[in-house]
Amino acid sequence: MRMKRVAALAAAATLAFGLTACGGNDEAGEGTGGESKSFPAGSTMERLNKAQAIKIGTKFDQPGFGLKGLSGEPEGFDVEVAKIIAKELGIPEDKIEWVEAPSKVREDVIVNGTVDLVAATYTINDTRKERIAFAGPYYEAGQNIMVKKDDTSITGPDSFKDGTKKVCSVTGSTPAEEIKKYVQDVGSQLVLFDTYDKCRDALNGGQVDAVTTDNVILLGYIANGNDAFKLAGENFTKEPYGLGVKKEDTDFRSFVNDTLEKAYSDGSWKKAWDDTAGKFGAELGDPPAVNRY
Amino acid sequence: MSQSVLYDVPGPRQRRITLIGSIVATIAVLIGAYFFVYRPLDENGQFSMELWGPLIDPSNENFSLVWERIGIGFGNTLMAAVLAIASSLVVGTLLAVLRIQLKSLTARRFTGMAAPVTYLLRGLSLFLAALTRFCVEVFRGLPVVITIFFVARGFPEFGISLSTLTYLVIGLTIYNSVVIAEILRSGMEGLPGGQREAAAAIGLSPLQTTGLILLPQAFRIMLPALISQLVVVLKDTSLGFIISYEETLNIGKQIIGVLNNPIPVYIVIGVLFIVVNYSLSKLAQYVQGRLARGRKTADTPTAAPPPAIAAALGAQSTAQSGAS
Amino acid sequence: MSVLIDKFDVFAGGFWLTLQICLLAAIGALILGAIVAVLRISPVPPLRAVGTAYVNMFRNLPLTVVMFFAAFGLPALGSNADFLRIPGLDAIFSRLGTDLPYFRFALIALVLYTAAFVCEALRSGVNAVPAGQAEAARSLGLTFTQNLRYVVLPQSWKASVVPLGSVIIAMIKNSALVGFFGVVGDLSQSADQLTSAEGHAFVPVAIGISIGYLIMTVPLGALLDRIEKRQAVAR
Repeated sequence: MRMKRVAALAAAATLAFGLTACGGNDEAGEGTGGESKSFPAGSTMERLNKAQAIKIGTKFDQPGFGLKGLSGEPEGFDVEVAKIIAKELGIPEDKIEWVEAPSKVREDVIVNGTVDLVAATYTINDTRKERIAFAGPYYEAGQNIMVKKDDTSITGPDSFKDGTKKVCSVTGSTPAEEIKKYVQDVGSQLVLFDTYDKCRDALNGGQVDAVTTDNVILLGYIANGNDAFKLAGENFTKEPYGLGVKKEDTDFRSFVNDTLEKAYSDGSWKKAWDDTAGKFGAELGDPPAVNRY
Repeated sequence: MSQSVLYDVPGPRQRRITLIGSIVATIAVLIGAYFFVYRPLDENGQFSMELWGPLIDPSNENFSLVWERIGIGFGNTLMAAVLAIASSLVVGTLLAVLRIQLKSLTARRFTGMAAPVTYLLRGLSLFLAALTRFCVEVFRGLPVVITIFFVARGFPEFGISLSTLTYLVIGLTIYNSVVIAEILRSGMEGLPGGQREAAAAIGLSPLQTTGLILLPQAFRIMLPALISQLVVVLKDTSLGFIISYEETLNIGKQIIGVLNNPIPVYIVIGVLFIVVNYSLSKLAQYVQGRLARGRKTADTPTAAPPPAIAAALGAQSTAQSGAS
Repeated sequence: MSVLIDKFDVFAGGFWLTLQICLLAAIGALILGAIVAVLRISPVPPLRAVGTAYVNMFRNLPLTVVMFFAAFGLPALGSNADFLRIPGLDAIFSRLGTDLPYFRFALIALVLYTAAFVCEALRSGVNAVPAGQAEAARSLGLTFTQNLRYVVLPQSWKASVVPLGSVIIAMIKNSALVGFFGVVGDLSQSADQLTSAEGHAFVPVAIGISIGYLIMTVPLGALLDRIEKRQAVAR
């Protein structure tokens, strides 16, 4: 096992070396290794390209966006978008190190440098902008409510104001904070878990009356739910998903924004969607304009 | 006290009643289980092969993938547990020795030195003793979940960024080393005073006394407790899911995300834990039995550990195993 | 540090909720643990087997797994643990009677798990009573229940107090897990809430939460130390 890996590494190294030696640095390494592109000296892009490695934080438990499946590799729209960025940096897919970034640690892992980029259904908002910076948005979701198919008593967030309906969401997420504005008594109305599939199971078992989070996530459960669930009403917030980077790293943020715009125009953004979350039947719509603040 | 001293050996009539009673009770339980467990689960479709297939049917397309993932997770669990128990043992021993040394230091009067130096040294040793006492009390009183969470969130706050494995191991070590230190310390303090006096009489320094005389005996007494502590650590690694360490339960969560079969996956993981932990505690019992025999044949003066140690051991082992 | 004062109500609320669940779970675990302990030392072999199986199962499972089965296995059995909606009790323990069952589920998990350790603590106390006591009682013609009731248990109680206290302390610490299984607003979940959702600085929140747990565990531990020392002297 060990010998094999060493041999493979050596082979890859000679191959890459040989290719760069004869082909120059233009598009040479494609297919086997990365490509060495020219980036401004001292920039994050140059560092990552030189290192031929990038650490990306994503969800491991979010169907359609970032779900670590049985293969041991995460899959989903966020993951595909992150791969587009990595490709633009000249880093091949297999050199990406995926780090699990659940809702509550996303700012932390960016600030302390555990990851270089976070793509994890990450809503752009002002509180978060105090600690980190966002590239994008690359998708605009909105918070919605999922109920059982035959439930007509919940029509929107205002249905929680009378203090009887129970709702489930995920600890530390934006939707959980948002719904708190509507519920009367947190103790008897709100349940928080660490993943949404637990919320779905609670809805299924009748312990809660509704699950609230971004519509695309709910659509995923509705698509897989054997026609048992539906959305109750319209989106009541706008949740633009951005890519989290270090606050002071404006160059890298512009680079990511450029890459997103490029992906909008060359179709890779749409393909990423169609291969993943698009299968749930959510509309992609027009590409949202990136916000270069 | 062995169980049988509490009651007379049952006679033929008693045995007959027991037999009939057990059969009736078993049937009642089975009927109850059918109506209150099997039926609701079956109606929920919890027994369908769609949910169980990937876990128990080798011909299922996902079978090998699922078990490979569980294997990886369990490997990670074991690794974290072994690292944590090893480092807790080292840190715990050091901490126990430190506390014993500080205790003897605070009793020293530092004669033959200038008065200010004396006061300084005595103050310092008192301060250090109080400080270690404080740390022990705090870390013993905090839930392990909180300790792990604080390590994982707090270290990066001070610019120290490590892997989740390291966070988990540090978190577990902080708690378990304190517990081990307390067992060792009470073990050493519970030894007959003659041991310490004899060591002093042949001219050993306090440090030598601890290292050569007290510590080996305390270790010997606590070896079974140490192994049962391994069970505790193994269970505690399951808290790694809080900081995204990929141990068994976390992997289980990912499998559930794909296959949507939470109850079967948790049953399998639960059985896995019971089997491994049960074997470990059996091992602890075996070691304890051997040690007890060893003491008898070696004919050491203390055939049984002094009451204080026995009490401490009893209390500690339940306390630790109580701490999930 | 201002978060400690500004959000004092959150800390106090979390403390109160954790205290509630600990009080209820302690009562439940002591009762269930005593029953299991009697099963484990009873003269009827099948009952002994049931007691032993119970203890081996719950001692070797991570509490996380037990919590999971309480929170998701019970609903699959069609139960919302409504039998715990004890009238009168919910006046003090407000979460006990709510429509949301997760407080009750967490309570059940803590009780089931802790009872196994309570049983072992009680048994260690029974084992500490000299065998001659029980033998003397038997030679007087006392039955198993009389033996326990009048001879063994009154003596074993003393030897059980310290291990039992340790189990309860461990249980208080274990209760930190309930926040991860749908009980919103206990101490550990408040830590999560304040740092990740509301973005307060980590260190002061950590201090506040730690104080909350230490208030419960340290005095209890000190009390046990005292009892233990006094018992050692008495011996």
